[in-house]
Amino acid sequence: MLFDIDKLQEIYGAVRKNKLRTLLTGFSVSWGIFMLILLLGSGTGIENGVKAEFKNFATNSIWVHRGQTSKPYKGLQPGRRIQFTNDDYEEIKSSLEGIERITARFYLWDNNLVTYKNQYGAFNIIACHPDHRYLEKTILADGRLINEIDVEQVRKVATIGTLVKEQLFKDESALGKYIKVNGVPFKIVGVHFDEGSERPLRWLYLPISTAQKVFGGGNRIHALMFTTGKATIEEGRKMERQVREKLAARQNFDVADEKALRIWNGLKRYQKFINLFSSIRIFIWVIGVGTIIAGIVGVSNIMLISVKERTRELGIRKALGATPWSIINLVLTESVLITSFSGYIGLVAGVGVIELAPSHMPVIELFQNPQVDFKAAIGAIILLVAAGLIAGFVPARKAANIMPVDALRNE
Amino acid sequence: MIKLKNLHKTYATGSNELRVLKGIDLNISAGELVSIMGPSGSGKSTLLNIIGLLDTFDSGEYLLDNQIIKRMGERQAAYFRNKFFGFIFQAFNLISFKSAVENVALPLYYQNIRRRKRNTIALEYLDKMGMRDWADHLPGELSGGQQQRVAIARAMISEPKVILADEPTGALDTDTSYEMMDLLKTINQKGVTVIIVTHEHDISAKTARTIRLTDGIIDNHEGL
Repeated sequence: MLFDIDKLQEIYGAVRKNKLRTLLTGFSVSWGIFMLILLLGSGTGIENGVKAEFKNFATNSIWVHRGQTSKPYKGLQPGRRIQFTNDDYEEIKSSLEGIERITARFYLWDNNLVTYKNQYGAFNIIACHPDHRYLEKTILADGRLINEIDVEQVRKVATIGTLVKEQLFKDESALGKYIKVNGVPFKIVGVHFDEGSERPLRWLYLPISTAQKVFGGGNRIHALMFTTGKATIEEGRKMERQVREKLAARQNFDVADEKALRIWNGLKRYQKFINLFSSIRIFIWVIGVGTIIAGIVGVSNIMLISVKERTRELGIRKALGATPWSIINLVLTESVLITSFSGYIGLVAGVGVIELAPSHMPVIELFQNPQVDFKAAIGAIILLVAAGLIAGFVPARKAANIMPVDALRNE
Repeated sequence: MIKLKNLHKTYATGSNELRVLKGIDLNISAGELVSIMGPSGSGKSTLLNIIGLLDTFDSGEYLLDNQIIKRMGERQAAYFRNKFFGFIFQAFNLISFKSAVENVALPLYYQNIRRRKRNTIALEYLDKMGMRDWADHLPGELSGGQQQRVAIARAMISEPKVILADEPTGALDTDTSYEMMDLLKTINQKGVTVIIVTHEHDISAKTARTIRLTDGIIDNHEGL
């Protein structure tokens, strides 16, 4: 039997007698595991932090903003401002393959005066299609969001961000109330919220058709945004290229003119971070494995010394009838018990620090919720114990096979 | 019980070979009380260790209880050391971090006897050696004579057929040495074969038969 009471008592006797040796072995194991846990935890902390940055918009989205031409084209001078219209939106929507959700944007920047009774504030206004919610990952806090019928019927409705609601309505319910945007009354149909960023909380969303009509936009739009579904990076690039080609043909600019359109491809950016994560992960594992190896070397070293120190004792045991296997078994069981116990201590300490540290730390944007991959930690302990076993086996077997007379001569 | 024929043993020390035993012929029957005498370096301890299976030999024949001992497996050797022999050493060889009773009980641990039972038996043997009151003391807290009594109790606990004592009185004063010899004689009278290695004449004089060893050979073939 691997763990009988008798053997445990034999081991307890040896451990109690050799406190320092036991402590050193234990410490090197605990430290190795502790450091590994901290590393893994910080790694996930950074990853979570960066991922949170992506929460406020769809990562598979492509945003197209107007630019200014920088190359002459078909007799046209450079420096021309590109304009989009509703037709561009319709054209892209109907002809570009792979589009999942699409919205145009019509901006009313620069702090529009919004009033409710005697409360007022200056806010930014974004007019859009219903699909906008998927691109901005808008969360509904109350009521409803802008829908197709609002756009079709050119309704004077709006949703307001939670901060807008707080400022204008305080504790009062905003639903169904009328606010005035630059003097024009709009009915509030919903309150929206956003997880990733605070900015949309200070925005008002209007149906794009209403804003164009009421605020003199005609058929102009300022931006096109769409999601690419489950498109790969390659497919996303292809769609980006196609959008550029289509708009170049419609707006008469050189396809190669990078400045005519400002295109932001979320997939590409996301991919960059994904790559960053994998480099960080590789980095952490390299250091982690290094730490573990240092622990293993420590354990092996101490096992060697321990067995050497005990040669005489093991010789006495042999003279009294210990079989080689019982000697190996005794030495290895001791090492397994010490390594797994101290590994556990290191694990608990590491997890403790990871759990407690965030509440005592200043908030860092790119470092959130450090967590430990428990499986990896347990794996590391098993690895350490196994390494201790292998490391202890060679000297243990040597001690077990030495002639008792030689072992007894050892002082 | 123990038959040696033309036994040779050589130690390799660096490039030199040290021939320790140069053809030992020896018969020891059951129930004998034998001493092996000789100056230091004569090979007497080596001979005892080979008899007790603590060491190997190069050539010759060793019959133990009519079994041929030649390159015996370690497992089997362990069994013999545990059941057949009891060892008493000059340096006592008690395990320093174990109490007297735990030291005495250790051979029974290797017979898979339960802890409580083997400690009870160990206490009996300590009692026989007059050491019961020191049962919970560590070896370091005992005098040389007391330690050797504990060692004898340990050698006796597995009820061996042969007691092998290597200079058992070497670290003890004269009075204590004679007490030890009386103990060993008592053990012998109960039918246990006792073989004592010593270089002291007064010790060997207390045994029934003395085998003299010089330079790895038995003088006058008196061993036969």
